Amino acid sequence: MRHTLAVLVENNPGVLARVAGLFSRRGYNIDSLAVGRTDNPAISRMTIVVEGDDRVLEQVTKQLHKLIDVIKISDITADEYVDRELVLIKVNAEPEKRGEIMQIADIFRARIVDLGRRTMILECTGNEGKIKAFEESLKPYGIKELVRTGKIAMLRGSRYTNINSNGSKEDD
Amino acid sequence: MKKSGAQILVDCLREQGVDTIFGYPGGAVLPIYDALYDADIRHILTRHEQGAAHAADGYARASGRPGVCLATSGPGATNLVTGIANAYMDSVPLVAFTGQVVTSQLGKDSFQEADITGITLPITKHNYLVKDVRDLARVIREAFHIATTGRPGPVLVDIPKDVSSAVIEYEDPGPVNLPGYRPVLEPSAEQLNRAAEAIARAERPVIYAGGGVVYSGAHRELRRFAELILAPVATTLMGLGGFPGDHPLALGMLGMHGSKYANYAVCECDLLIAVGVRFDDRVTGKLESFASQARIMHIDIDPAEIGKNVRVDIPLVGDVKRVLSALIERLKAKLPGAWQEKIQTWKKEYPITYEENGRLKPQQVIREIYRVTKGQARITTEVGQHQMWAAHYYTYTRPRTFISSGGLGTMGFGLPAAIGVQVACPGETVFDIAGDGSIQMNIQELATAVNYDLPVKVAILDNGYLGMVRQWQELFYNRRYSYSELVNPDFVKLAEAYGAEGIRVEKPADVRPALEQALATSKPVLIDFIIEREENVLPFVPPGESLDRMLG
Repeated sequence: MRHTLAVLVENNPGVLARVAGLFSRRGYNIDSLAVGRTDNPAISRMTIVVEGDDRVLEQVTKQLHKLIDVIKISDITADEYVDRELVLIKVNAEPEKRGEIMQIADIFRARIVDLGRRTMILECTGNEGKIKAFEESLKPYGIKELVRTGKIAMLRGSRYTNINSNGSKEDD
Repeated sequence: MKKSGAQILVDCLREQGVDTIFGYPGGAVLPIYDALYDADIRHILTRHEQGAAHAADGYARASGRPGVCLATSGPGATNLVTGIANAYMDSVPLVAFTGQVVTSQLGKDSFQEADITGITLPITKHNYLVKDVRDLARVIREAFHIATTGRPGPVLVDIPKDVSSAVIEYEDPGPVNLPGYRPVLEPSAEQLNRAAEAIARAERPVIYAGGGVVYSGAHRELRRFAELILAPVATTLMGLGGFPGDHPLALGMLGMHGSKYANYAVCECDLLIAVGVRFDDRVTGKLESFASQARIMHIDIDPAEIGKNVRVDIPLVGDVKRVLSALIERLKAKLPGAWQEKIQTWKKEYPITYEENGRLKPQQVIREIYRVTKGQARITTEVGQHQMWAAHYYTYTRPRTFISSGGLGTMGFGLPAAIGVQVACPGETVFDIAGDGSIQMNIQELATAVNYDLPVKVAILDNGYLGMVRQWQELFYNRRYSYSELVNPDFVKLAEAYGAEGIRVEKPADVRPALEQALATSKPVLIDFIIEREENVLPFVPPGESLDRMLG
């Protein structure tokens, strides 16, 4: 089963290497990892999607906790949350195909962010399923390049995950 | 007040109560060595940085205080790596300081540059590269705090040369504040009650005790706990001395080279009380059949150890000493019954013994060391057959008297560790029980022992083989002794060349006089015991087998 972890870490140099190294040496599978600063510049938030059964997840969580820079871990998988990825796709766009591509972009509420002589770059955000569907619809035109962020996620409603709150599921 | 980085380091070490450090100078630590030149800290110059790391490790294990080592950048730092990994596997509080190239040269493949924080990432509890001298005091305080609290472990602090030489107006960084680091010391009351209930109900309890008992200082609590519930106590290699080896409830060591009665007890118990252990594969053998009739209770300070290797029915996260005290309060004394009787029968039926045949046996050497030292010596070991014989035939009754490389299994650990132990325990007898292979991995440290008048005694059980490798080749590789036979130097002459005393013993009758002679001098002594060449360590559970399938 895939789990989504929201991990708050001290924004120290090497913290990403510590987390990534932990996953690789203990043989845990990361599906995706996204990291960026929070509103507090001293703290970063990682969204980690990890594959494994409950026992694996328990170990992942406990091992992450052992890293001094890790402040808090919340497994939000079972909760209601919003998740988003962002993708940039450079697609072949000969003048006669542009209309079709723009229609597809419209359906997915994607934006055209660059227009070249024979190519276009489209930007789309959404959950994994939407991003996948968007990619599939553009495939027939010939995708030249694709880049996507990892998944980021946030709890819905008034509950939240930050260092001082217990609004979210508490870490153990 | 103006201070250099090096002076801040020295002052912080004093503030942490550090009286001794083990190290080796070099280019990137020259400013630090200059500050040490007139500091009120004893510096022991080892002959190899690995020796410094192991000596600091031995010092920490014997004293319970953090061990400190210091090396220069690049090769100095990488030479510490085995010692740091060793301390990490055995949860030893070690703080390693390394020099580093100046910050402007970082990442440029500069002379004697190595990314030591990157290299030691998976083998330290935490590590730091200090790029600003203003961070140095805070980092050092954090390093000692992290190394010595919770589950202890090594912390490395990498200090570029321009940071140690920079002079600043010193400001105290205040107390340690680490929001992501909060070791759990107090067990949950709910789990304590569940545990007490399970213990009260158990008919065949066994305690499986490890290094956590020793590190937590819980040996008295463990004894009271065991006596209260009349549970026999099997110890791991790291746990030897955590429970008196001569106690009626003592089962000795369990696992691959455990006693038969310890392994039988674990196989047949209905409640396994694991205390400060990590279910190492050398202990459990085949996992599916390990304590398969038992509920498992696991007491440990590191929550990540619970359920890592085996399913645990009753987890108790907390400091071993506090957990045991809290359990003792909740328990009533048990009366002896069939289980205790069965244990005593097994102990009589399957004692750990060896065959005497008039030739010099390694087991006899260890027994004699035990008798001559009246069981009061601090023993260090290298890794291999001699280590297991030292575990079987010397009876450890006090914690921190058996000091051995458990998790990493580091040949070359024993001699530098013995130096660290001797520094920590000046008036005591310290023996390194060694093999002829292992001793050569750090034999240069004899010079350190001579240099500082440290009267460590080295007993080499010399069979001219890498004995444990040979034993496995005999049993599993059809006696094909591939590269396990050694051509050795003359150890007696070697000892003498270093300025130590050397004695060779070839006959059983000469063992005791040689040991007495060694103890009579205040010099370091090396005794080369030429033992039966193909003696095996028994009992022996073949790898991957269930604990009740013992050879020997």
